[in-house]
Amino acid sequence: MLSLREVHAHYGKSHVLHGVTIDVGPREVVGLLGRNGVGKSTTLKTIMGLVRASDGSVTFEGRDLIGVATYRLPALGISYVPEDRRVFRLLTVLENLRTGLDRAGMTPERRQALLAKVYDYFPVLRERRHQAGGTLSGGEQQMLAIARAMVLEPKIILLDEPTEGLMPRMVGQIRQIIEILNKEGVAILLVEQNVPLTLAVSDRVYIMEKGAVRHQATAAALRADDAVIHQYLGV
Amino acid sequence: MALDQFLVQTVNGLVSGMILALVASGLTLIFGIMDVVNFAHGDLLMLGAFVGSGVFMSSGNFWAALISAVVVIAALGALLQVTTLRPLLGRDPLTTILATFGISLVLQNYALWQWGPSARKISEPITGQFQLLYLQYPVYRIAIALLSAAIIGGLWLFMKYGTYGIWIRATTQDRVMASAMGIPVPVVHAAVFAIGAGMAAASGVLFAPMVGVTQTIGLDFTLRAFVVVVVGGMGNLGGSILASIFVSLLEAYASLFVSPAQAVIVSFIVLVLTLLFRPTGLFVPTPK
Repeated sequence: MLSLREVHAHYGKSHVLHGVTIDVGPREVVGLLGRNGVGKSTTLKTIMGLVRASDGSVTFEGRDLIGVATYRLPALGISYVPEDRRVFRLLTVLENLRTGLDRAGMTPERRQALLAKVYDYFPVLRERRHQAGGTLSGGEQQMLAIARAMVLEPKIILLDEPTEGLMPRMVGQIRQIIEILNKEGVAILLVEQNVPLTLAVSDRVYIMEKGAVRHQATAAALRADDAVIHQYLGV
Repeated sequence: MALDQFLVQTVNGLVSGMILALVASGLTLIFGIMDVVNFAHGDLLMLGAFVGSGVFMSSGNFWAALISAVVVIAALGALLQVTTLRPLLGRDPLTTILATFGISLVLQNYALWQWGPSARKISEPITGQFQLLYLQYPVYRIAIALLSAAIIGGLWLFMKYGTYGIWIRATTQDRVMASAMGIPVPVVHAAVFAIGAGMAAASGVLFAPMVGVTQTIGLDFTLRAFVVVVVGGMGNLGGSILASIFVSLLEAYASLFVSPAQAVIVSFIVLVLTLLFRPTGLFVPTPK
Protein backbone atom coordinates (compact mmCIF):
# COMPACT_ATOMS: atom_id res chain seq x y z
CA MET A 1 0.00 0.00 0.00
CA LEU A 2 2.69 2.48 1.08
CA SER A 3 6.00 1.90 -0.53
CA LEU A 4 9.31 3.74 -0.38
CA ARG A 5 12.03 2.82 -2.85
CA GLU A 6 15.62 3.98 -2.43
CA VAL A 7 14.53 7.29 -0.93
CA HIS A 8 17.23 9.90 -0.39
CA ALA A 9 16.75 13.16 1.47
CA HIS A 10 18.85 16.09 2.61
CA TYR A 11 18.63 18.70 5.33
CA GLY A 12 20.44 21.56 3.70
CA LYS A 13 23.81 20.06 2.81
CA SER A 14 23.69 17.05 5.11
CA HIS A 15 22.56 13.84 3.48
CA VAL A 16 20.19 12.18 5.97
CA LEU A 17 18.41 9.41 4.07
CA HIS A 18 20.64 7.14 2.00
CA GLY A 19 18.21 5.05 0.02
CA VAL A 20 15.42 3.95 2.36
CA THR A 21 13.22 1.13 1.12
CA ILE A 22 10.14 0.30 3.16
CA ASP A 23 6.78 -1.32 2.45
CA VAL A 24 3.62 -1.22 4.48
CA GLY A 25 0.76 -3.46 3.38
CA PRO A 26 -2.93 -2.86 4.06
CA ARG A 27 -3.89 -3.45 7.71
CA GLU A 28 -0.27 -4.06 8.62
CA VAL A 29 1.59 -2.64 11.63
CA VAL A 30 5.18 -1.99 10.69
CA GLY A 31 7.77 -0.91 13.23
CA LEU A 32 10.71 1.29 12.40
CA LEU A 33 13.46 0.97 14.99
CA GLY A 34 16.85 2.58 15.28
CA ARG A 35 18.94 4.79 17.50
CA ASN A 36 18.47 8.55 17.71
CA GLY A 37 19.25 10.45 14.56
CA VAL A 38 19.31 7.54 12.10
CA GLY A 39 16.56 9.10 9.99
CA LYS A 40 13.39 7.43 11.29
CA SER A 41 11.47 10.66 11.77
CA THR A 42 12.89 12.06 8.55
CA THR A 43 11.51 9.03 6.75
CA LEU A 44 8.01 9.87 7.99
CA LYS A 45 8.48 13.54 7.15
CA THR A 46 9.54 12.59 3.64
CA ILE A 47 6.37 10.54 3.18
CA MET A 48 4.35 13.57 4.36
CA GLY A 49 6.15 15.85 1.93
CA LEU A 50 7.58 17.90 4.80
CA VAL A 51 11.09 16.96 3.72
CA ARG A 52 11.66 16.76 0.00
CA ALA A 53 12.93 13.43 -1.31
CA SER A 54 15.92 14.18 -3.53
CA ASP A 55 15.85 10.76 -5.14
CA GLY A 56 13.84 7.56 -5.10
CA SER A 57 10.10 7.07 -5.05
CA VAL A 58 7.28 7.21 -2.52
CA THR A 59 3.99 5.74 -3.63
CA PHE A 60 0.69 5.17 -1.87
CA GLU A 61 -1.76 2.74 -3.46
CA GLY A 62 0.21 3.10 -6.65
CA ARG A 63 0.10 6.86 -6.64
CA ASP A 64 3.30 8.87 -6.65
CA LEU A 65 3.43 11.06 -3.54
CA ILE A 66 6.54 13.05 -4.32
CA GLY A 67 5.56 16.64 -5.09
CA VAL A 68 2.02 16.16 -3.75
CA ALA A 69 1.20 18.98 -1.32
CA THR A 70 1.07 17.85 2.31
CA TYR A 71 -2.49 19.06 2.77
CA ARG A 72 -3.74 16.69 0.07
CA LEU A 73 -2.46 13.57 1.85
CA PRO A 74 -5.24 13.21 4.46
CA ALA A 75 -7.79 12.99 1.65
CA LEU A 76 -5.78 10.09 0.20
CA GLY A 77 -5.94 8.31 3.54
CA ILE A 78 -2.67 9.24 5.25
CA SER A 79 -2.60 10.65 8.78
CA TYR A 80 0.42 11.82 10.68
CA VAL A 81 1.12 12.00 14.41
CA PRO A 82 4.41 13.83 14.74
CA GLU A 83 7.09 13.20 17.29
CA ASP A 84 6.48 16.26 19.44
CA ARG A 85 2.67 15.77 19.16
CA ARG A 86 2.14 19.27 17.92
CA VAL A 87 -1.38 19.75 19.21
CA PHE A 88 -2.68 23.24 18.47
CA ARG A 89 -1.94 24.64 21.90
CA LEU A 90 -4.31 27.61 21.82
CA LEU A 91 -7.17 25.65 20.28
CA THR A 92 -9.51 23.72 22.55
CA VAL A 93 -9.55 19.93 22.38
CA LEU A 94 -12.75 20.04 20.36
CA GLU A 95 -11.29 22.65 17.98
CA ASN A 96 -8.19 20.50 17.56
CA LEU A 97 -10.45 17.65 16.48
CA ARG A 98 -12.46 19.98 14.25
CA THR A 99 -9.35 20.71 12.18
CA GLY A 100 -9.79 17.17 10.91
CA LEU A 101 -13.56 16.81 11.22
CA ASP A 102 -14.73 19.90 9.36
CA ARG A 103 -13.78 18.80 5.91
CA ALA A 104 -15.53 18.64 2.57
CA GLY A 105 -17.99 15.81 2.15
CA MET A 106 -18.57 15.30 5.88
CA THR A 107 -22.19 14.76 6.89
CA PRO A 108 -23.35 15.90 10.34
CA GLU A 109 -24.24 12.31 11.30
CA ARG A 110 -20.85 10.93 10.36
CA ARG A 111 -19.12 13.81 12.08
CA GLN A 112 -21.07 13.13 15.26
CA ALA A 113 -20.32 9.41 15.07
CA LEU A 114 -16.60 10.02 14.61
CA LEU A 115 -16.49 12.42 17.50
CA ALA A 116 -18.38 9.95 19.70
CA LYS A 117 -15.92 7.25 18.67
CA VAL A 118 -12.77 9.14 19.64
CA TYR A 119 -14.42 10.32 22.85
CA ASP A 120 -15.18 6.68 23.67
CA TYR A 121 -11.57 5.70 23.08
CA PHE A 122 -10.26 8.68 25.01
CA PRO A 123 -12.87 9.66 27.61
CA VAL A 124 -10.48 12.24 29.06
CA LEU A 125 -10.75 14.21 25.80
CA ARG A 126 -14.51 14.43 26.21
CA GLU A 127 -14.01 15.74 29.74
CA ARG A 128 -11.53 18.33 28.57
CA ARG A 129 -13.12 19.19 25.26
CA HIS A 130 -13.36 22.91 26.03
CA GLN A 131 -9.86 23.12 27.48
CA ALA A 132 -6.96 24.51 25.44
CA GLY A 133 -4.70 21.83 23.97
CA GLY A 134 -1.66 23.40 25.58
CA THR A 135 -3.06 22.87 29.06
CA LEU A 136 -3.25 19.09 28.70
CA SER A 137 -0.64 16.76 30.20
CA GLY A 138 1.88 15.07 27.91
CA GLY A 139 -0.10 11.84 27.81
CA GLU A 140 -3.36 13.66 27.12
CA GLN A 141 -1.71 15.63 24.34
CA GLN A 142 -0.53 12.37 22.82
CA MET A 143 -4.08 11.04 22.95
CA LEU A 144 -5.34 14.22 21.35
CA ALA A 145 -2.73 13.95 18.60
CA ILE A 146 -3.78 10.36 17.89
CA ALA A 147 -7.49 11.21 18.11
CA ARG A 148 -6.93 14.10 15.72
CA ALA A 149 -5.30 11.72 13.25
CA MET A 150 -8.14 9.22 13.69
CA VAL A 151 -10.94 11.61 12.79
CA LEU A 152 -9.41 11.87 9.32
CA GLU A 153 -10.47 8.22 8.88
CA PRO A 154 -7.09 7.25 7.48
CA LYS A 155 -6.01 4.05 5.78
CA ILE A 156 -2.59 4.46 7.35
CA ILE A 157 -1.28 6.40 10.34
CA LEU A 158 2.33 7.45 10.55
CA LEU A 159 3.04 7.38 14.26
CA ASP A 160 6.25 9.03 15.40
CA GLU A 161 7.46 7.99 18.88
CA PRO A 162 4.05 8.03 20.53
CA THR A 163 5.40 6.81 23.89
CA GLU A 164 8.29 9.25 24.18
CA GLY A 165 8.32 10.76 27.65
CA LEU A 166 5.15 9.04 28.80
CA MET A 167 4.50 7.24 32.07
CA PRO A 168 4.41 3.42 31.85
CA ARG A 169 0.66 3.40 32.39
CA MET A 170 0.20 5.66 29.37
CA VAL A 171 2.49 3.47 27.30
CA GLY A 172 0.11 0.58 27.91
CA GLN A 173 -2.78 2.75 26.78
CA ILE A 174 -0.98 3.76 23.59
CA ARG A 175 -0.35 0.09 22.91
CA GLN A 176 -4.04 -0.67 23.28
CA ILE A 177 -4.95 2.10 20.92
CA ILE A 178 -2.52 0.83 18.29
CA GLU A 179 -4.09 -2.61 18.56
CA ILE A 180 -7.63 -1.25 18.34
CA LEU A 181 -6.79 0.90 15.34
CA ASN A 182 -5.23 -2.07 13.63
CA LYS A 183 -8.30 -4.23 14.33
CA GLU A 184 -10.35 -1.57 12.59
CA GLY A 185 -8.20 -2.08 9.53
CA VAL A 186 -5.89 0.91 9.78
CA ALA A 187 -2.29 0.26 8.78
CA ILE A 188 0.36 1.80 11.01
CA LEU A 189 3.94 2.79 10.41
CA LEU A 190 5.33 3.09 13.91
CA VAL A 191 8.59 4.85 14.65
CA GLU A 192 9.75 3.98 18.16
CA GLN A 193 12.64 3.76 20.58
CA ASN A 194 10.62 1.47 22.82
CA VAL A 195 11.70 -1.96 21.55
CA PRO A 196 9.39 -4.19 23.63
CA LEU A 197 6.33 -2.17 22.61
CA THR A 198 7.33 -2.19 18.95
CA LEU A 199 7.94 -5.94 18.92
CA ALA A 200 4.65 -6.52 20.72
CA VAL A 201 2.39 -4.58 18.36
CA SER A 202 4.15 -4.88 14.99
CA ASP A 203 3.80 -7.48 12.29
CA ARG A 204 7.13 -6.62 10.73
CA VAL A 205 10.05 -4.47 11.83
CA TYR A 206 12.68 -2.51 9.95
CA ILE A 207 15.88 -1.50 11.69
CA MET A 208 17.55 1.67 10.46
CA GLU A 209 21.12 2.80 10.84
CA LYS A 210 22.84 5.84 9.32
CA GLY A 211 19.95 6.79 7.07
CA ALA A 212 19.25 3.37 5.60
CA VAL A 213 17.39 0.18 6.46
CA ARG A 214 19.95 -2.40 7.66
CA HIS A 215 17.69 -5.21 8.65
CA GLN A 216 14.13 -6.36 8.34
CA ALA A 217 12.34 -9.24 9.95
CA THR A 218 8.99 -10.27 11.29
CA ALA A 219 8.37 -9.13 14.83
CA ALA A 220 7.89 -12.78 15.81
CA ALA A 221 11.38 -13.65 14.60
CA LEU A 222 12.90 -10.75 16.54
CA ARG A 223 10.98 -11.70 19.66
CA ALA A 224 12.47 -15.19 19.39
CA ASP A 225 16.01 -14.04 18.63
CA ASP A 226 17.12 -10.61 19.76
CA ALA A 227 20.74 -10.79 18.58
CA VAL A 228 20.00 -8.31 15.80
CA ILE A 229 18.39 -5.93 18.24
CA HIS A 230 21.54 -6.07 20.36
CA GLN A 231 23.70 -5.52 17.32
CA TYR A 232 21.92 -2.42 16.00
CA LEU A 233 20.32 -0.91 19.06
CA GLY A 234 22.66 -2.06 21.83
CA VAL A 235 19.81 -3.02 24.13
CA MET B 1 -15.24 72.14 32.71
CA ALA B 2 -12.18 69.99 33.17
CA LEU B 3 -14.35 66.94 33.70
CA ASP B 4 -16.38 67.83 30.60
CA GLN B 5 -13.24 68.00 28.53
CA PHE B 6 -12.08 64.72 29.96
CA LEU B 7 -15.35 63.03 29.01
CA VAL B 8 -15.33 64.47 25.50
CA GLN B 9 -11.77 63.28 25.02
CA THR B 10 -12.77 59.84 26.27
CA VAL B 11 -15.42 59.66 23.55
CA ASN B 12 -12.92 60.95 20.99
CA GLY B 13 -10.35 58.40 22.08
CA LEU B 14 -12.81 55.52 21.90
CA VAL B 15 -14.01 56.58 18.46
CA SER B 16 -10.55 56.84 16.92
CA GLY B 17 -9.50 53.77 18.85
CA MET B 18 -12.19 51.70 17.14
CA ILE B 19 -11.20 52.88 13.65
CA LEU B 20 -7.57 52.24 14.48
CA ALA B 21 -8.51 48.79 15.77
CA LEU B 22 -10.17 48.03 12.45
CA VAL B 23 -6.99 48.96 10.56
CA ALA B 24 -4.75 47.17 13.03
CA SER B 25 -6.70 43.92 13.21
CA GLY B 26 -6.20 43.32 9.49
CA LEU B 27 -2.51 44.02 9.89
CA THR B 28 -2.08 41.77 12.91
CA LEU B 29 -4.12 38.95 11.37
CA ILE B 30 -1.79 38.90 8.38
CA PHE B 31 1.31 39.09 10.52
CA GLY B 32 0.10 36.34 12.84
CA ILE B 33 -0.47 33.80 10.14
CA MET B 34 2.26 34.56 7.62
CA ASP B 35 4.87 36.49 9.59
CA VAL B 36 4.48 39.14 6.93
CA VAL B 37 4.69 42.76 7.98
CA ASN B 38 2.42 44.26 5.36
CA PHE B 39 3.77 47.69 4.49
CA ALA B 40 1.12 48.03 1.80
CA HIS B 41 -1.71 47.90 4.33
CA GLY B 42 -2.22 51.66 4.29
CA ASP B 43 -2.23 51.67 0.51
CA LEU B 44 -4.94 49.03 0.45
CA LEU B 45 -6.89 51.31 2.79
CA MET B 46 -6.30 54.24 0.45
CA LEU B 47 -7.21 52.23 -2.63
CA GLY B 48 -10.37 51.08 -0.86
CA ALA B 49 -11.31 54.70 -0.21
CA PHE B 50 -10.78 55.55 -3.89
CA VAL B 51 -12.82 52.59 -5.09
CA GLY B 52 -15.47 53.61 -2.58
CA SER B 53 -15.49 57.20 -3.81
CA GLY B 54 -15.82 56.00 -7.40
CA VAL B 55 -18.83 53.88 -6.56
CA PHE B 56 -20.24 56.63 -4.38
CA MET B 57 -19.98 59.21 -7.16
CA SER B 58 -21.74 56.97 -9.67
CA SER B 59 -24.36 55.49 -7.36
CA GLY B 60 -24.70 58.06 -4.61
CA ASN B 61 -25.05 55.22 -2.15
CA PHE B 62 -22.56 55.07 0.70
CA TRP B 63 -23.31 51.45 1.64
CA ALA B 64 -22.85 50.29 -1.95
CA ALA B 65 -19.52 52.13 -1.92
CA LEU B 66 -18.50 50.44 1.31
CA ILE B 67 -19.40 46.93 0.19
CA SER B 68 -17.90 47.20 -3.29
CA ALA B 69 -14.66 48.65 -1.89
CA VAL B 70 -14.37 45.73 0.53
CA VAL B 71 -15.02 43.14 -2.17
CA VAL B 72 -12.68 44.71 -4.76
CA ILE B 73 -9.81 45.25 -2.33
CA ALA B 74 -10.22 41.80 -0.78
CA ALA B 75 -9.90 40.28 -4.25
CA LEU B 76 -6.87 42.47 -4.93
CA GLY B 77 -5.38 41.37 -1.61
CA ALA B 78 -5.76 37.70 -2.48
CA LEU B 79 -4.22 38.36 -5.89
CA LEU B 80 -1.26 40.18 -4.33
CA GLN B 81 -0.70 37.37 -1.85
CA VAL B 82 -0.71 34.69 -4.52
CA THR B 83 1.51 36.55 -6.95
CA THR B 84 4.05 38.27 -4.73
CA LEU B 85 4.04 36.82 -1.21
CA ARG B 86 3.38 33.14 -1.73
CA PRO B 87 6.66 32.62 -3.59
CA LEU B 88 8.50 34.24 -0.65
CA LEU B 89 6.95 32.08 2.08
CA GLY B 90 9.59 30.66 4.39
CA ARG B 91 12.32 32.97 3.14
CA ASP B 92 14.05 35.71 5.08
CA PRO B 93 11.41 38.13 6.47
CA LEU B 94 13.36 40.95 4.86
CA THR B 95 12.24 39.75 1.43
CA THR B 96 8.57 40.09 2.35
CA ILE B 97 9.19 43.51 3.88
CA LEU B 98 10.78 44.64 0.63
CA ALA B 99 8.02 43.03 -1.42
CA THR B 100 5.19 44.71 0.49
CA PHE B 101 7.10 47.98 0.46
CA GLY B 102 7.38 47.63 -3.31
CA ILE B 103 3.65 46.94 -3.58
CA SER B 104 3.05 50.04 -1.48
CA LEU B 105 5.03 52.25 -3.87
CA VAL B 106 3.27 50.79 -6.91
CA LEU B 107 -0.19 51.26 -5.40
CA GLN B 108 0.54 54.82 -4.26
CA ASN B 109 1.77 55.90 -7.65
CA TYR B 110 -1.00 54.06 -9.41
CA ALA B 111 -3.52 56.02 -7.35
CA LEU B 112 -1.77 59.28 -8.16
CA TRP B 113 -1.75 58.45 -11.86
CA GLN B 114 -5.32 57.18 -11.93
CA TRP B 115 -7.09 59.69 -9.72
CA GLY B 116 -4.77 62.70 -9.50
CA PRO B 117 -3.69 64.62 -6.43
CA SER B 118 -6.95 66.40 -5.60
CA ALA B 119 -9.14 65.09 -2.82
CA ARG B 120 -12.37 63.24 -3.57
CA LYS B 121 -15.34 63.29 -1.37
CA ILE B 122 -17.64 60.67 0.05
CA SER B 123 -20.52 62.14 2.03
CA GLU B 124 -21.43 60.57 5.31
CA PRO B 125 -24.55 58.41 5.17
CA ILE B 126 -25.64 59.64 8.57
CA THR B 127 -25.67 63.39 9.07
CA GLY B 128 -26.62 65.37 12.08
CA GLN B 129 -25.06 66.18 15.38
CA PHE B 130 -25.97 65.71 18.97
CA GLN B 131 -25.16 67.67 22.05
CA LEU B 132 -22.21 66.16 23.86
CA LEU B 133 -21.79 68.30 26.97
CA TYR B 134 -20.46 71.61 25.66
CA LEU B 135 -20.08 70.77 21.98
CA GLN B 136 -21.99 69.55 18.96
CA TYR B 137 -20.74 66.05 18.18
CA PRO B 138 -21.25 64.48 14.73
CA VAL B 139 -23.44 61.39 14.92
CA TYR B 140 -21.38 59.85 12.12
CA ARG B 141 -18.31 59.59 14.33
CA ILE B 142 -20.24 57.46 16.77
CA ALA B 143 -21.63 55.45 13.85
CA ILE B 144 -18.11 54.69 12.54
CA ALA B 145 -17.02 53.51 15.95
CA LEU B 146 -20.05 51.22 16.21
CA LEU B 147 -19.61 49.91 12.67
CA SER B 148 -15.93 49.24 13.28
CA ALA B 149 -16.83 47.44 16.48
CA ALA B 150 -19.45 45.43 14.58
CA ILE B 151 -16.95 44.42 11.88
CA ILE B 152 -14.35 43.45 14.48
CA GLY B 153 -17.02 41.58 16.45
CA GLY B 154 -18.02 39.74 13.28
CA LEU B 155 -14.40 38.82 12.66
CA TRP B 156 -14.08 37.59 16.22
CA LEU B 157 -17.16 35.37 15.95
CA PHE B 158 -15.93 34.03 12.63
CA MET B 159 -12.51 33.26 14.10
CA LYS B 160 -13.97 31.73 17.23
CA TYR B 161 -16.72 29.52 15.91
CA GLY B 162 -16.44 29.16 12.13
CA THR B 163 -14.68 26.22 10.56
CA TYR B 164 -12.58 28.61 8.51
CA GLY B 165 -11.78 30.55 11.65
CA ILE B 166 -10.47 27.37 13.22
CA TRP B 167 -8.45 26.71 10.07
CA ILE B 168 -6.96 30.18 10.33
CA ARG B 169 -6.08 29.82 14.00
CA ALA B 170 -4.65 26.35 13.48
CA THR B 171 -2.53 27.60 10.58
CA THR B 172 -1.39 30.57 12.65
CA GLN B 173 -0.16 28.26 15.41
CA ASP B 174 1.40 25.49 13.37
CA ARG B 175 1.45 25.75 9.62
CA VAL B 176 3.02 22.32 9.13
CA MET B 177 0.62 20.45 11.38
CA ALA B 178 -2.33 22.32 9.85
CA SER B 179 -1.37 21.04 6.42
CA ALA B 180 -0.90 17.52 7.82
CA MET B 181 -4.52 17.77 8.97
CA GLY B 182 -5.62 18.50 5.43
CA ILE B 183 -6.12 22.23 5.83
CA PRO B 184 -5.29 23.88 2.49
CA VAL B 185 -2.72 26.26 3.91
CA PRO B 186 -2.02 28.22 0.68
CA VAL B 187 -5.75 28.95 0.33
CA VAL B 188 -5.95 29.98 4.00
CA HIS B 189 -3.05 32.39 3.49
CA ALA B 190 -4.67 34.01 0.47
CA ALA B 191 -8.00 34.21 2.28
CA VAL B 192 -6.46 35.85 5.35
CA PHE B 193 -4.72 38.39 3.17
CA ALA B 194 -8.05 39.06 1.47
CA ILE B 195 -9.81 39.51 4.84
CA GLY B 196 -7.07 41.87 6.06
CA ALA B 197 -7.21 43.87 2.82
CA GLY B 198 -11.01 44.00 2.95
CA MET B 199 -10.91 45.35 6.49
CA ALA B 200 -8.40 47.99 5.44
CA ALA B 201 -10.72 49.01 2.59
CA ALA B 202 -13.67 49.19 4.98
CA SER B 203 -11.77 51.50 7.30
CA GLY B 204 -10.76 53.64 4.31
CA VAL B 205 -14.34 54.14 3.19
CA LEU B 206 -15.64 54.67 6.73
CA PHE B 207 -12.97 57.22 7.44
CA ALA B 208 -13.22 59.02 4.07
CA PRO B 209 -16.19 61.31 4.86
CA MET B 210 -14.20 62.91 7.67
CA VAL B 211 -11.08 63.81 5.70
CA GLY B 212 -11.68 63.36 1.97
CA VAL B 213 -9.94 60.76 -0.17
CA THR B 214 -6.31 61.43 -1.08
CA GLN B 215 -3.21 59.30 -1.59
CA THR B 216 -2.19 60.00 1.98
CA ILE B 217 -5.44 59.05 3.71
CA GLY B 218 -3.97 55.87 5.11
CA LEU B 219 -0.65 57.28 6.23
CA ASP B 220 -1.54 58.47 9.68
CA PHE B 221 -3.58 55.43 10.58
CA THR B 222 -1.15 52.84 9.32
CA LEU B 223 1.75 54.33 11.18
CA ARG B 224 -0.27 54.16 14.37
CA ALA B 225 -1.58 50.72 13.39
CA PHE B 226 2.01 49.45 13.31
CA VAL B 227 2.53 50.95 16.75
CA VAL B 228 -0.51 49.25 18.27
CA VAL B 229 0.26 45.92 16.59
CA VAL B 230 3.63 45.94 18.34
CA VAL B 231 2.22 47.25 21.61
CA GLY B 232 -0.59 44.70 21.54
CA GLY B 233 1.74 41.82 20.80
CA MET B 234 2.57 40.94 17.19
CA GLY B 235 -0.11 38.73 15.70
CA ASN B 236 -2.38 38.93 18.75
CA LEU B 237 -5.81 40.09 17.57
CA GLY B 238 -7.31 40.87 20.97
CA GLY B 239 -4.10 42.60 22.05
CA SER B 240 -4.12 44.87 18.99
CA ILE B 241 -7.70 45.90 19.63
CA LEU B 242 -7.04 46.73 23.28
CA ALA B 243 -3.83 48.52 22.35
CA SER B 244 -5.70 50.60 19.73
CA ILE B 245 -8.15 51.82 22.31
CA PHE B 246 -5.45 52.29 24.94
CA VAL B 247 -3.16 54.32 22.69
CA SER B 248 -6.01 56.38 21.24
CA LEU B 249 -7.31 57.23 24.69
CA LEU B 250 -3.84 58.26 25.82
CA GLU B 251 -3.47 60.47 22.74
CA ALA B 252 -6.88 61.99 23.34
CA TYR B 253 -6.04 62.78 26.96
CA ALA B 254 -2.63 64.10 26.00
CA SER B 255 -4.26 66.56 23.61
CA LEU B 256 -5.89 68.18 26.64
CA PHE B 257 -2.46 69.46 27.53
CA VAL B 258 -0.60 69.77 24.24
CA SER B 259 -1.69 70.33 20.65
CA PRO B 260 -3.22 67.25 18.93
CA ALA B 261 -0.23 67.13 16.57
CA GLN B 262 2.10 66.77 19.50
CA ALA B 263 -0.18 64.28 21.21
CA VAL B 264 0.77 61.72 18.56
CA ILE B 265 4.13 61.52 20.30
CA VAL B 266 2.40 59.64 23.09
CA SER B 267 1.88 56.57 20.93
CA PHE B 268 5.57 56.47 20.11
CA ILE B 269 6.52 56.86 23.74
CA VAL B 270 4.25 53.89 24.51
CA LEU B 271 5.91 52.01 21.65
CA VAL B 272 9.42 52.67 22.91
CA LEU B 273 8.52 51.78 26.49
CA THR B 274 6.84 48.57 25.34
CA LEU B 275 9.85 47.55 23.31
CA LEU B 276 12.14 48.32 26.22
CA PHE B 277 10.25 46.63 29.02
CA ARG B 278 7.84 44.15 27.48
CA PRO B 279 8.83 43.45 23.88
CA THR B 280 6.29 40.62 23.51
CA GLY B 281 3.49 43.16 23.88
CA LEU B 282 1.45 44.73 26.64
CA PHE B 283 -1.77 42.83 26.18
CA VAL B 284 -0.52 39.27 26.02
CA PRO B 285 -0.27 36.80 28.87
CA THR B 286 3.20 36.64 30.38
CA PRO B 287 5.11 33.96 28.45
CA LYS B 288 5.96 30.94 30.59
